[in-house]
Amino acid sequence: MEKTYAGQAISTNEQGYLTDLNQWNRDIGTEIAKEEDIEMTDRHWEVIEYLQDQYRKEVPLSVRKVGKSNVVSIKEFYQLFPKGPLKISSRIAGIPKPVSCI
Amino acid sequence: MKQLLILGAGTSGTMMANHLNKVLPKDSWNISIVDQEETHYYQPGFLFLPFDLYKTKDVKKKIDKFIPKRVKLINEKIERIDKDKNEVVLKNNTILSYDILIVATGTNIAPQEIEGMLGAHWHKSVFDFYTYEGAKNLRDKLRTWKGGKLVVHISEMPIKCPVAPLEFAFLADSFFTNKGIRDQVEISFVTPMSGAFTKPKATEALNYLLEQKHIKVIPDFNIESVDGPNHKIMDYAGEEVAYDLLVTIPTNMGDPMIKRSGIGDELNYIPTDKATLQTKIKDNIFAIGDATNLPASKAGSVAHFEAEILTENIQRYIAGKELKKEFDGHANCFIETGHGKALLIDFNYTQEPVKGTFPFPGVGPLSLLKETHMNHMGKLAFKWIYWNMLIKGKHIPFVSATMQTSGKQIEETTH
Repeated sequence: MEKTYAGQAISTNEQGYLTDLNQWNRDIGTEIAKEEDIEMTDRHWEVIEYLQDQYRKEVPLSVRKVGKSNVVSIKEFYQLFPKGPLKISSRIAGIPKPVSCI
Repeated sequence: MKQLLILGAGTSGTMMANHLNKVLPKDSWNISIVDQEETHYYQPGFLFLPFDLYKTKDVKKKIDKFIPKRVKLINEKIERIDKDKNEVVLKNNTILSYDILIVATGTNIAPQEIEGMLGAHWHKSVFDFYTYEGAKNLRDKLRTWKGGKLVVHISEMPIKCPVAPLEFAFLADSFFTNKGIRDQVEISFVTPMSGAFTKPKATEALNYLLEQKHIKVIPDFNIESVDGPNHKIMDYAGEEVAYDLLVTIPTNMGDPMIKRSGIGDELNYIPTDKATLQTKIKDNIFAIGDATNLPASKAGSVAHFEAEILTENIQRYIAGKELKKEFDGHANCFIETGHGKALLIDFNYTQEPVKGTFPFPGVGPLSLLKETHMNHMGKLAFKWIYWNMLIKGKHIPFVSATMQTSGKQIEETTH
């Protein structure tokens, strides 16, 4: 699928997650955040950068792992990205939704 | 003499001891393996024990029975690895030097990570089934339980055998139906993921199972605490789920020894190259199975495939050759669905589970991503294969270490 964000054609899956992190930039992240009713701040971006870094290192993510990262506490993670923080922040970060093996 | 040291005599460590016994020259290499346990558990059997489908004797044997004579088995707790000195320190202060180290210390449950999970209610109304004690205590509870709200719950990923909680829910449906009290039991499946199934093909093929078995799914639930006295679990978003019987998969973590050695990540897993199985800690330290941080499933079948590739890479490392970047994340898992049926899935790092036949393309006899009685027979047969072939390091005929695409219905997708 293709969607237009910040004037660019971006490939996404059916659930609106980017399929190629190389296409991502902050303007695209900001527009996806708007769709999730989130106004991005510096704190939001710090978390997004951490998630992208972990994704590039191929480290599987979980809410509790993010909480242990010293980047953000789980409470604050929920405040920044309410209702399903990992799902929503992953979408804004341009990385895949966390999945299990089936 | 050179020293090869293996830490952990579980599924991975025992397989490596058997493989290396065959390939390392006896006149130049000593092999030792350390484990504090005296029992080797057949962990897939912990799923069947709570439902009285397996007896305790089906799931445990003496650990030394599977270690070759030439390999020295040291029955002692490991204190820490000193990577700079190429030494391992044991609890009794013995120091073991090594030329090559293989870490196979696995993963375990860490219920202390969740507030309120441990307490007077632990193994009374809140159970795990990932330990022998947990599975056995849950069996005793289920023998007399009269029904109510059964909540099957995953704390967070990654966990050992990611499909086991779902299998537990399916077998519970079967168990209470056979007991004639299914109408007295409400089964819920509570997960931090977006659903019981998260991959597109599996969701499409298997979602009917949840409806058919009347299992209610509560997704996106990230547990914050357990309220044992009031029988409920709470998540960070303020959601609550009440239970009469909670069967939980606590946070899984690598061995605390990894933390004491200062070589693990936040969950005590060892950063490891996903294709060669050499650790990113030091060139002469390798890791296998659940102890690694690989983005593969934590499962015996994965360890089995890794063992074949790691054996070759240890030989290459000794010979000063480049390591083979061959491990592809291959996993092959039976999934019990209850009522005498099971599914089979075969996948790797990049290929999600799809429909097809296994191991012979177009023939089977096993079916991928489809419920059959034959798959269930396969799962039962696996216990014999485990004790007699798998941990002894024998190659399982027709099943290769890397995933095969033939026989699978793979179509091009956009993601």
